[in-house]
Amino acid sequence: MTPPPKGADAPGAEAPLLSVTDLRTYFHTNNGVARAVDGVSFTVAQGETVGLVGESGCGKSVTALSLMRLIQSPGRIEPGSSVRFEGTELLTLSEADMRRVRGNRMAMVFQEPMSALNPVFTVGDQIAEVARIHSRASRRDAWRQAVAMLELTGMPAPEQRAHEYPHQLSGGMRQRVLIAMALMMNPALIVADEPTTALDVTIQAQILELLADLQRRTGTSILMITHDLGVIAETARRVIVMYAGEVVEQSAVGPLFATPHHPYTEGLLAAMPRMGRRRDRLRVIPGTVPPPTDWPTGCRFRARCQYSWDRCANEHPPLYDLGDGRRSRCHLAVEPGRRAHPHEPLAAQAVPAR
Amino acid sequence: MPLPPLLISGASTPAPRWRGSKTAVVACAALVVVVLLALLAPVLTSYGEAQILPGSELLPPSRTHLFGTDVLGRDVLTRVLYGSRISLGLAFLATVVATALGTAVGAAAGYSGGRVDALLMRLVDTLLALPRVLLLIGLLAIWPQLPLHVFVLVLGLTAWFPLSRLVRAEVRAIVTRDHVLAARALGSGHLQIVFRHVLPNAIGTVLVAAPLIAGGVIVLEAGLSFLGVGVQPPTASWGSIAYDGFEVVNSAWWVALFPGLAIAFTVTAINMLGDVLRDALDPRQLPLR
Amino acid sequence: MTPPSAGVGTPDVHPTPTTSRQSGPPLLEVRDLVKHFPIRRGILGRTVGHVRAVDGVSFQLWPGETLGLVGESGCGKSTTGRMVLRLLEPSAGSVHFDGADVLALSGARLRAMRRHAQIIFQDPFSSLNPRMTIGAAIREGLTIHRIAAGEAADRRVRELLSEVGLRPQFADRYPHEFSGGQRQRVGIARALSVSPRLIVCDEPVSALDVSVQAQVVNLLQDLQRDRGLAYLFIAHDLSVVEHIADRVAVMYLGHIVELASATDIYREPLMPYTQALLSAVPVPDPTVRSTRVVLSGDVPSPANPPSGCVFHPRCQHPRKDEACTKLVPPLEEKSAGHWAACIKQPPTTVHWEVQKAAGGTRQPERYLPDL
Ligand SMILES: Nc1ncnc2c1ncn2[C@@H]1O[C@H](COP(=O)(O)OP(=O)(O)OP(=O)(O)O)[C@@H](O)[C@H]1O
Ligand SMILES: Nc1ncnc2c1ncn2[C@@H]1O[C@H](COP(=O)(O)OP(=O)(O)OP(=O)(O)O)[C@@H](O)[C@H]1O
Ligand SMILES: [Mg+2]
Ligand SMILES: [Mg+2]
Repeated sequence: MTPPPKGADAPGAEAPLLSVTDLRTYFHTNNGVARAVDGVSFTVAQGETVGLVGESGCGKSVTALSLMRLIQSPGRIEPGSSVRFEGTELLTLSEADMRRVRGNRMAMVFQEPMSALNPVFTVGDQIAEVARIHSRASRRDAWRQAVAMLELTGMPAPEQRAHEYPHQLSGGMRQRVLIAMALMMNPALIVADEPTTALDVTIQAQILELLADLQRRTGTSILMITHDLGVIAETARRVIVMYAGEVVEQSAVGPLFATPHHPYTEGLLAAMPRMGRRRDRLRVIPGTVPPPTDWPTGCRFRARCQYSWDRCANEHPPLYDLGDGRRSRCHLAVEPGRRAHPHEPLAAQAVPAR
Repeated sequence: MPLPPLLISGASTPAPRWRGSKTAVVACAALVVVVLLALLAPVLTSYGEAQILPGSELLPPSRTHLFGTDVLGRDVLTRVLYGSRISLGLAFLATVVATALGTAVGAAAGYSGGRVDALLMRLVDTLLALPRVLLLIGLLAIWPQLPLHVFVLVLGLTAWFPLSRLVRAEVRAIVTRDHVLAARALGSGHLQIVFRHVLPNAIGTVLVAAPLIAGGVIVLEAGLSFLGVGVQPPTASWGSIAYDGFEVVNSAWWVALFPGLAIAFTVTAINMLGDVLRDALDPRQLPLR
Repeated sequence: MTPPSAGVGTPDVHPTPTTSRQSGPPLLEVRDLVKHFPIRRGILGRTVGHVRAVDGVSFQLWPGETLGLVGESGCGKSTTGRMVLRLLEPSAGSVHFDGADVLALSGARLRAMRRHAQIIFQDPFSSLNPRMTIGAAIREGLTIHRIAAGEAADRRVRELLSEVGLRPQFADRYPHEFSGGQRQRVGIARALSVSPRLIVCDEPVSALDVSVQAQVVNLLQDLQRDRGLAYLFIAHDLSVVEHIADRVAVMYLGHIVELASATDIYREPLMPYTQALLSAVPVPDPTVRSTRVVLSGDVPSPANPPSGCVFHPRCQHPRKDEACTKLVPPLEEKSAGHWAACIKQPPTTVHWEVQKAAGGTRQPERYLPDL
């Protein structure tokens, strides 16, 4: 058994652009402490695209917001967490210094386009504002840059669209506005929280191509949060799978899709509808993520897992190192024989049949 | 096959957040004190509202007259206590009138959009451009013995313009949300949509603005009374007491100071309350997702 | 500039029934639906042009059937869905629901119609009133249509919640206390509350992760089987559409450019845009490098659509020529039940002579890229 790894990758390698170590973000609510992100460590190298996947509510967005230090009360990044970015520790930075990082060196594409945009300003104004905050661009220059950026994202008639308000745009167009805002300052790291979920596949392909192109030209790194495993397969080099506030699997993209190690990853891949393979019903992972106020002891995926045994109830699995940069938080790593004996998960047994 | 029931992550009914807030406690306590003092005026003081104590003109603050006495020999504390009834009452009623009107006009404009919106907002623009104080002074000059209830109405009818703009902007933003469309899809009528789906979401704006209006009305009433055109003697309001004191401010500072302090204290507390209310009534404790 | 086309599909050609579900009269019949949004500029709100969001769309939908509606972002899918329910007033065209002319309804009769046709929105965040408990939200339809009141309504709300897989006790909680997937189920429960016969699903699963998406898709299919619901299923995830839809309509720039059974369209996409769309689906297998039809050319604006075939500036059909820029391709039946709008995919009613007269230089020929 190996101890949980620290944030930094193999020693000797050049210091990564972003290294997150033991990040814990808790929400201190009236109903108890919600441990939304609970000891997450990972790195993103310069010029690399890292995929972050996981079930709704597992803490992906909170992780992203923690990197930007945008967690609001009652949430708090707990002491002991560390986020190093371009050689500086972000968590101890003053608010003024942090503002210079946000939107400038590290930019975020928010998940909910409608709630991230201000309904009473035109989208052009909102994109231009980014430039006005971080550079001394004049009003006109900022506007021109904004329109140029919109055009890059494949927005038709960008000049005209820039004059419109968010509700006048289609869902996909709004998302492109957010992407334009994030790309405005050529950031070193783009944290993209579901950037293409509202887009059709041709525009999605175009945006992913745009990001890849930007990456080639400027060496930008991307943390790509998405639930579309197809997008991950096509863009990311490495994948981090989160479940219940923790990293449960980490691997280069190829091996993850070929032989998922963690049972949760296995379930995700099975639930995906695939073109050309029509099935009567889609496979689901029974049950749901437990509430973050009381994670179960032992393995947090236990109740939904088809392999779980008594060890899973008693012992919280560490992030086992499987070699080749693969890690998995599952006791199957040390008792692989158990994989041969799947059973009905507890969560499925609890549901009465109709 | 039914789906498995879901567990709620981080679920909680929105508990009012003011429980822990110090600002809230201070603001509420201050206002409660002010209102209690106004209500209990007859108990708290042994003098009458307009009772003249011959021979004790312009006495400085002392044991018997905590706030001193005025030119006519009336106890200033007594007058401030009774004056708060008029000032607070006026402010409350005028604010109710202004809030109702401002919200109604703003909601009508924002919800209907198009021509109705343009028309109403041009109207508000015009009204905003009127110099309100001069208008009131003019009106009061023409009609000097204005009965109090008409005065209240006039104050209220001239205080709603900015609120209507705020509400309209808020409503414009809310009507673009899908839940309004969903309500229409279910067959809700317009009034139902406005009252159930639009206005409750604009309540924050109204609640922050209403105390501002109240504060403004108190200050305006004081100003008008100070100029001698508002509340008429012998009725006391904070403004009219200060007006009485102004003539003798060099020799007897206390007559003007205490009503002035009362105004400042109350308006500050009201504004604090506005902020607290807005926070407390926001059900979105989870800003994410 | 050509005058606004009367729609790619001419009024008298209408997709004929091809699947077993399509017996009897259609539940929904949409003809030549058009929506133009004015573009306003300046403080006076002068109209300087129009966005042709939907420009002549026709289709039919039978009870118990799912029609998938896919296409480029901004091509007018949501607008179409909203016009069908008359949440948006069409600029022209007709919508018949269960034989009744929806556009002629007003007041109480329109509201009564709404009981039978519901919508599920794309954005679970903005589609619920943040100040209303989810129980109240679901109850609303019951009250409006006097379906149930008091205790009976409470019971019905609890039933609906468990039907969509939520705990009945959740009724008095607020939307922000739910995750995206759970909110989406609340939206579904609200739509189901009035027992509709048609649900317009506007990207109901786009915001959900795959495991929740699978739950919601299965739920929609179960409901369809149990209650014979018809769905107009708008989505951009083509694998989900393939899974759930009986027929698929592909839209581009306000027009339907291809309409066929799901099997046909995925096996043999005829319209070059559909081909590009299908090839752009990311393959969830990092070892496969998909052969992608990359769309070149500028993304056209619906305010100023290209002449002739709206797709011609970006078309990859090897036979593309002058004629494509001049002639508006009709939505025509290429094989039984397979409708497509392309004059270069034979057979076509736009004869070679006509194409030549319009400057055509290349004879039509079947083109199917390797997908
Ligand atoms: N302000 C808050 N107060 C309490 N709990 C919160 C708050 N914000 C988020 N949470 C909890 O943190 C957990 C993680 O949320 P997060 O938004 O990161 O999920 P996610 O992985 O991004 O999911 P999705 O795919 O649905 O966007 C959730 O269970 C949520 O309930
Ligand atoms: N209220 C409005 N005012 C002006 N233009 C609008 C309005 N609503 C939609 N549009 C325009 O109509 C066109 C079609 O929009 P629609 O929302 O139907 O697209 P969509 O196909 O649903 O796209 P997406 O997949 O991105 O959601 C877009 O060009 C959009 O800008
Ligand atoms: Mg998220
Ligand atoms: Mg849409």
